[in-house]
Amino acid sequence: MPIGHYLVLSGLLFCIGAVGVFLRRNLITMLLSVEIMLNAVNLTFVAFGRQFGTVDGQIITFFVMTVAAAEAAVGLALVIALFRTRESLNPEAFTTLKW
Amino acid sequence: MSSDALLFYAFAGVAVLGALLVVSQRNPVYSVLALIASFFGLSGLYVLLEAPFVAVVQIIIYAGAIMVLFLFTVMLLNVPREDAAEWDKSHPLYRPGAVRIGAVLALLMALQLGWALSRTPGLSAGVGDDTAAASSVSDLGVKLFSGAGDGSAGYMFAFEVTSILIIIAMVGAVVLARKRED
Amino acid sequence: MSGIIDYVTSPEFIAYSAIVGVVFMALQISAAVMVYAERKVSAFMQQRNGPNRVGPQGLLQPIADIVKLFFKEELRPKAADAFLFSLAPIISVTTAFLAFAPVPFGAPTTFFGLLDEPMALMIADVNVAVLVIFAVASMGVYGIVLAGWASNSKYSLLGGLRSSAQMISYELAYGMSLATVVMMADTMSLKEIVGQQSGYWLGVIPKWYIFPQFLGFFVFACAGIAETNRAPFDFPEAEQELVAGYHTEYSSMRFAMFFMAEYINMVTVSAVAVNLFLGGWHGPFIPTEYGWIWFVIKLAFLLFCYLWLRWTLPRFRYDQLMSFGWKVLLPLATVNLLLTAAGILYFNV
Repeated sequence: MPIGHYLVLSGLLFCIGAVGVFLRRNLITMLLSVEIMLNAVNLTFVAFGRQFGTVDGQIITFFVMTVAAAEAAVGLALVIALFRTRESLNPEAFTTLKW
Repeated sequence: MSSDALLFYAFAGVAVLGALLVVSQRNPVYSVLALIASFFGLSGLYVLLEAPFVAVVQIIIYAGAIMVLFLFTVMLLNVPREDAAEWDKSHPLYRPGAVRIGAVLALLMALQLGWALSRTPGLSAGVGDDTAAASSVSDLGVKLFSGAGDGSAGYMFAFEVTSILIIIAMVGAVVLARKRED
Repeated sequence: MSGIIDYVTSPEFIAYSAIVGVVFMALQISAAVMVYAERKVSAFMQQRNGPNRVGPQGLLQPIADIVKLFFKEELRPKAADAFLFSLAPIISVTTAFLAFAPVPFGAPTTFFGLLDEPMALMIADVNVAVLVIFAVASMGVYGIVLAGWASNSKYSLLGGLRSSAQMISYELAYGMSLATVVMMADTMSLKEIVGQQSGYWLGVIPKWYIFPQFLGFFVFACAGIAETNRAPFDFPEAEQELVAGYHTEYSSMRFAMFFMAEYINMVTVSAVAVNLFLGGWHGPFIPTEYGWIWFVIKLAFLLFCYLWLRWTLPRFRYDQLMSFGWKVLLPLATVNLLLTAAGILYFNV
């Protein structure tokens, strides 16, 4: 398979994720969209690693996964804390600091 | 069409379709499930790229642990749907406020990505045509746990830093999600 | 076209298909046998007779149960999520069957000279088998969680939530006990791990990993019981408090699928334990080519232990379960991992 196919696929996934973050008004779906973006990047790493015949691409992927796990844990904890105060997952409900 | 290409398009289709469903579903439980399907597609792609360890880890960590966490939270909060009032049916570009800016940004980013890809040379070079795959798990381990220097860059320092990151995240999550006593 | 026909009629293909078919049927039948054994063992422990009406000694009871489940009415709560409600038992039973794929159950054999080269008695010879089993096991939780959520009933939801928390907690200890054996064996292929357990120490003690890894076996057994949601860790079901938890709203064949998945998971966890800790198909008195007999004997013993534990121990309290998992089992598994690593470094094996 040409490397371009993997890059286009990765770009497509990244855009879908970005659209999700920008357009959805639900904190959980936004976090899920971030995961899509991270995975799109992982795909490029592994594809390039395969093209150059090194393991570095795969290793970076593990670091990305670790960061994603940490991000999910903290993000979901924040979501739970926010939901307790406002009973909503809509990011526009959290306007207390707005004047 | 070769079987490799067929498999690529099948897995890529699953990944893209799953991602699209994540973004378009109104029910977060379905979003989470669609994302798991998408991860399975990506895992298949990793196998095609001769990275079986990444493929299995993708299933164990992402589909098996992180997504269970998401599902757990969705079920715990029990807010299955976005309110109908918040779900505006009009086109995102005509909606007021942050959504409109977001839509413009997303569009710009997609355009820019497409532009950058169209100008990148060497896209038709086959993946792994000229190099042998370096994907044995022991190679990976040696590289991951060897220090920097002595000719080859190892990742031990980054690995240790990651463990600190995880501890911080864990403590942070516990502190954030704890019920306040007041 | 003739190539395909040649391939389909080759002895290798027929032998492989036979293996796949035998494993599939054996897993299904094992669920029925386990149901009967469970009722008989429990009756024995409570000094009752157990099922004894259908057939001699009640031996046909599983068939009667299956017929009953087939003809029962399929119920679905009105408020349930129709799609996920149907999907959940399918996920459960699929992952249960899938987990057995990389598990070898006998020495490579030529089927009495039918084949030119010996064929391994397993479905998929993966070189990361341990990881695959771990991955499939971590998928199994979705069946239960989704069943709990899709039923739209409070008991089911509580069962589903409990199960996801429990399985995540015990998966860590489970993975660490797997890691110790992988470290000692220096391979992730179950076939090779079993291969290294042949022979004897000092001429008498079989080279099974249970002896150097007793702690690991203990952790694996506890975590395995918790992963399969069996007593004393059967919180997702907990008849007395949750009226059967995640499958409260299920009936007929969908219920039977959950039931079957539970018993198949028990068989798989026991089979993995046999392969990792009890020397797989190695044993005295029986020649290696009939090693699967030893495998079945060891498997039956572990499965009996499952039943024994269930009818002997009371259920934990939920907070006790969590603190046991995080404060006892996980530290124990970690210490065991460190000790094993130190031992390997010291003895340079």
